Parts: sequence; C-alpha cells; structure tokens
Amino acid sequence: MKILVCISNVPDTTSKINFTADNTKFDTTGVQFVINPNDEFGLTRAMWFKEKQGAEVHVATVGDSSVEPTMRKALAIGADEAIRVDAVPLDGLFVARQLAEVVKNGEYDLILAGRESIDYNGGMVPGMMAAMLNINFVNTCISLEVDGTVARAEREIDGGKEVLETSLPLIIGGQKGLVEESDLRIPNMRGIMMARKKKLSVVPPVEASSGSEEIKFERPAPKGEVKLVDAENLDELINLLHNEAKVI
Amino acid sequence: MSVLVYTESEKGNYKKNAFEVASYAREVADKMGTDVIAISFHADESETLEKYGVSKVLNVTDPAYQTFNAKAYASALGEAARSENASVIVISSSTDAKYMAGILAGELEAGYATNVVAAPESTSPLVVKRTAFTNKGFMYTQLNAALNIIGVSSNAFGTRENPVAGKVEGFSPTVNNDHFTVKSVEIDQVVGKATIADADIVVSAGRGLKGPENWGIIEELADVLGAATACSKPVSDLGWRPHGEHVGQTGKPVASNLYIAIGISGAIQHLAGVSSSKVKVVINTDPEAPFFKAADYGIVGDAFQVVPELTEKLKEFKAQNA
Ligand SMILES: Cc1cc2nc3c(=O)[nH]c(=O)nc-3n(C[C@H](O)[C@H](O)[C@H](O)COP(=O)(O)OP(=O)(O)OC[C@H]3O[C@@H](n4cnc5c(N)ncnc54)[C@H](O)[C@@H]3O)c2cc1C
Ligand SMILES: Nc1ncnc2c1ncn2[C@@H]1O[C@H](COP(=O)(O)O)[C@@H](O)[C@H]1O
Repeated sequence: MKILVCISNVPDTTSKINFTADNTKFDTTGVQFVINPNDEFGLTRAMWFKEKQGAEVHVATVGDSSVEPTMRKALAIGADEAIRVDAVPLDGLFVARQLAEVVKNGEYDLILAGRESIDYNGGMVPGMMAAMLNINFVNTCISLEVDGTVARAEREIDGGKEVLETSLPLIIGGQKGLVEESDLRIPNMRGIMMARKKKLSVVPPVEASSGSEEIKFERPAPKGEVKLVDAENLDELINLLHNEAKVI
Repeated sequence: MSVLVYTESEKGNYKKNAFEVASYAREVADKMGTDVIAISFHADESETLEKYGVSKVLNVTDPAYQTFNAKAYASALGEAARSENASVIVISSSTDAKYMAGILAGELEAGYATNVVAAPESTSPLVVKRTAFTNKGFMYTQLNAALNIIGVSSNAFGTRENPVAGKVEGFSPTVNNDHFTVKSVEIDQVVGKATIADADIVVSAGRGLKGPENWGIIEELADVLGAATACSKPVSDLGWRPHGEHVGQTGKPVASNLYIAIGISGAIQHLAGVSSSKVKVVINTDPEAPFFKAADYGIVGDAFQVVPELTEKLKEFKAQNA
C-alpha cells in the first residue's frame, strides 16, 4: 500500500494571532509553525500501516521553502519521502488541484489529509481532491482499518458516529480519535539524523484556478470584564442569565 | 440566477439549522434581487420553509437518498444548482453539510467559504466574513467563481421570518451507483438529546471534576437546561468521556448561546474552540484561572457544591417560568 499524507504547515496552537498593520495579511513574525494537528493524527496512523502492513509513506505540502522544516519533522517521525509543490497556497481549490496531481503521479492507494487546517479552518481540501480524482472519501474520520483494498472507517457525526465501508483508493479527512493521543510521536535524534538524508523533492505547480481570495483580516472585539457572582448567591446568576443575557 | 439552499432534515423533520440557512439565503437573494430555492431530502412539511423566504422547495423522495450519502447528495445539489441556474449555494456547518460541500465545491469548481458569521458585506463582488485561526480572528473572503458556496456558522445569523408564496416540487436527481461506493453500515447516534453542534446551551466540564464517576452533576445540570454536554481535551484523552464530547481547537467547535464551563482552566486551545459562544459562564475554584478573563459571568467556587445547588435553583426557576 502506498500512502500519501497531506500536511499543512500551521501556527502552533498556542500562537498569538496578529495581522500586518493594514490587516491584509497574517503576521508570521515570531510564530512557531507545526504539522497541522489533524494531519499529525493521519501521519501517526500512516506509521502504523507502515510498521504493521509494510506501507510506504510519503508526505506532501503545497508551499514555499519556508514549509520545509515542518516536512523534515514528518520525515523524522518516519515518513519515507516528501514532496513539496512549490507554490504559495492561493485557496482550497488551488491546493486541492495541486495535491490531486501529486496523487495521480504517485498512484497512491490511501491519502490521509485532515478534517481542517487550524489556521484558515477551510475544511475543504480533502473533499475537493476526492471530487477532482473521483475517488472515495470519508471525512471527520476517527478510525480506519484497511484489509487489502477494503477499508472500514468510522466518522464522527453530530451526536454520534457512523461506520462506513468502502474501498481503496480512498481519501480521509482525519481528526482526533484516528489514533490514541499517547501514540503521537516526537521525533528522536536518530529520526532527525535520518530525515536529513531522505528525499524531499520539489515539484512545480500545475496550472490551476482559485475560487476565492482573502481581502482583509480583523481581530475579535476585546472582551468586557467578567461579572463575578458570589457562590452563595446563585439566584443572582439565574437572574442575570434570564434578564440581562436573556439566554435562559 | 437564484440562490440554492440545502435544508437538512432528520426523519422527515427539518433541523433547526435548516431555518437558519434558509433565512441566510433569503438575505443573500434580497441583496442580489433573486429567489431562494431549497433542496431537501425526504422532508415532510416543506411548506414551512416559505415562512423563511423560500419560493420553491425541491424535495427528493427517491429511496436511494433516504439516508445521507455525501457524494450522492453533492451530486444531487450539483444537478439542482444547474437546473435552477444558481450562482450561490448556502449550507450549514453541520458535519454532514461540511462533508458534502467539499465534494460539491470540487465538482463545480466553486468558490467556497466555511464558518461564515454574517450576511455578505457585498454581493458583487461577493464578500463574506468568516472566522479563522479557530476564532482567534476574522477573515473577509471574496468569492470569485461563477458559482460560490457559503457555509454558515451555526447560531451566527439566526432565523428570520420573511414569508413568501412558495411551492413544493418533487426532484429526481440521477441515481448513479458510482455515487454510493462509500456505504453506511452502522449508525450509533444519541437521539432525543441536544448535540453540541446545534444546542442552544452547552454544559462542559474539565479535569476539575476529578473523575468520570462525578459526571452525574454535570448531566443533571444539562438536563434541566436542555443542554448538550461537552468536555475539555484531557477529559476525553483520559477516557472519562467519549471523544465526541471534546471541544476546542482540536475538538468540536461550540457556537451556542450559553456555554457553562465547570472545572476547566481555560487554556488557549480550549478557548479558541468555544469563544464564539455568545455568553460564557465559568465555575472554578481558582480565581486566577485564565477562563475568567474570557467569561461573561464567573463563580469562584467548588463545582461539587455550586453545580448541584445551581441545578436545584434552576429547577425552581423553570417550574415558575414554565
Ligand atoms: C496541540 C494541542 C491541542 C489542544 N487542543 C485542545 C482542545 O481542543 N480542547 C481542550 O480543551 N484542550 C486542548 N488542549 C489542551 C489544553 O492545553 C489544556 O491542557 C486543557 O484544555 C486543560 O483541560 P482542563 O481545563 O480540563 O484541565 P486543567 O487545566 O487541569 O484545569 C482544571 C481546572 O479545574 C479547576 N478545579 C479543580 N477542582 C475544582 C473544583 N472542585 N471545582 C471547580 N473547579 C475546579 C482548577 O482550578 C483548574 O482551573 C490542547 C493542547 C495541545 C498541546
Ligand atoms: N498547503 C497544503 N499542503 C498540503 N496539504 C494541505 C494544504 N492545505 C490543506 N491541506 C490538507 O487538507 C486538509 C484540510 O485543510 P483545509 O481545507 O485547508 O482546512 C489539511 O488537514 C491537510 O491535510
């Protein structure tokens, strides 16, 4: 089985988010970038397929050279090869088109992407890719087993979960649950050394259109002071929620 | 030209978000000077959508579309969009809608914005405001394609009545076996209980509760309020609560009217995922807990005392205000 893990390079979850003075761009100054958490779950599941079922694992990112440290981290965790599509991601449609091309050229059986990137929260790339390639797709995936070309996946639905059966080739929009939290790996020294020698190919983008563009950013309005209510006076809380906030 | 809206139903009954997306679609259509067409699958009483400004409902009743299938539904929406000459498609932020819409956008080469929180800034060009960086910021996205999809955040726009004269028609999308190659074999879903995705009130608890055996007081509070229950990430990692209850940046987003956080410290990853809730109440023993800075109302106190007492008082309140 040949697996491609699609990795987006995102600000660390603890990052403070700032925009440039004219609010037209995300200000990356001082921001630490990491593997998108939803993709880290997919990568970890891919490592399991590699170790238990002899899968070959590649990772792909659409981005300029600044994404390479994140890709090296994926190689240090255990991916065999990395492919960087050398283009600044314009929007979901553009990225999906680039990744679809990588999938076609590499003839992957299983493509593990994430439910969403935690930066722009688009939640669209894997589904778009599935449409472009006309292959099976399971989103918000919380468990995945593959036996030959048959796949059994669980997906989260509102208020529960659903078990699905399908076949490879298959695209997954993964999220927490796909692997145990304790299975997530931190690259060790040996992994990091080996990653330096692994192949990271840079490929040019294909012609692709985009359907949208970001025109400006805005910070959330500052929060007012919290109103503290005495623990002995819960009637007051109920009164506030009923008469002031009008939520009960 | 028209605005197409995907109105979701469950066992024939429209979901709350169906009326919200219909209201949103009406607003877009008004700005564009056009009509709203809805597509429903096996929905009863489709006339109710007229109240929210829908002029025509396409109701799919083919048995093949009885249960949700992302690819088949996407293809049906694509066909409806073509036959109704839609230039905008409006969908909700439900798990199913998001699953379906990625496929739809890829098929139609559509512009697509998710988590949209307000009516469009303008319709030509089409500019929408959406949350980004898991609620740590907003982004204005311009949708440039011939056909564009707007995914509306739950509870952001609300429902608005706007009655029009309407009609309901049957709609029979092509049934193609290739669309059903992902098969549902089992559904495990809590019925009759509010879900985090659409609840008006969410009661959430964290590691401060000390152990799974103590969740009774959380469930009782949620019961009185008709609320959904949720938890912080470590609580689900520890197996105290199911993964589906985990909210935050790497869990489910919460956009309820009221969010009550009990024994949750308020780490940045947690806050990011819940901050679009309108009113937040925090109950925590530690007055320095970061959550107080993000809350509207706070109680410094022990959950084991405060929560049962609050439940009792709410029961009295509900009895009086019933
Ligand atoms: C990549 C990444 C992603 C993450 N994503 C998420 C996410 O999506 N969601 C999420 O929640 N977390 C997430 N986290 C974890 C987050 O950083 C915090 O560790 C977590 O939110 C803390 O959970 P907690 O508040 O329940 O526990 P704690 O931080 O341990 O807080 C417990 C609180 O309970 C209070 N308390 C104790 N006893 C009582 C009592 N008797 N009555 C009332 N209060 C009491 C304490 O004062 C304390 O404030 C993520 C972390 C990382 C690194
Ligand atoms: N620039 C990118 N390079 C590679 N994969 C990406 C990129 N952007 C998004 N993805 C993949 O698509 C998933 C969903 O991203 P998004 O649609 O941007 O929220 C991510 O979790 C990744 O797996």
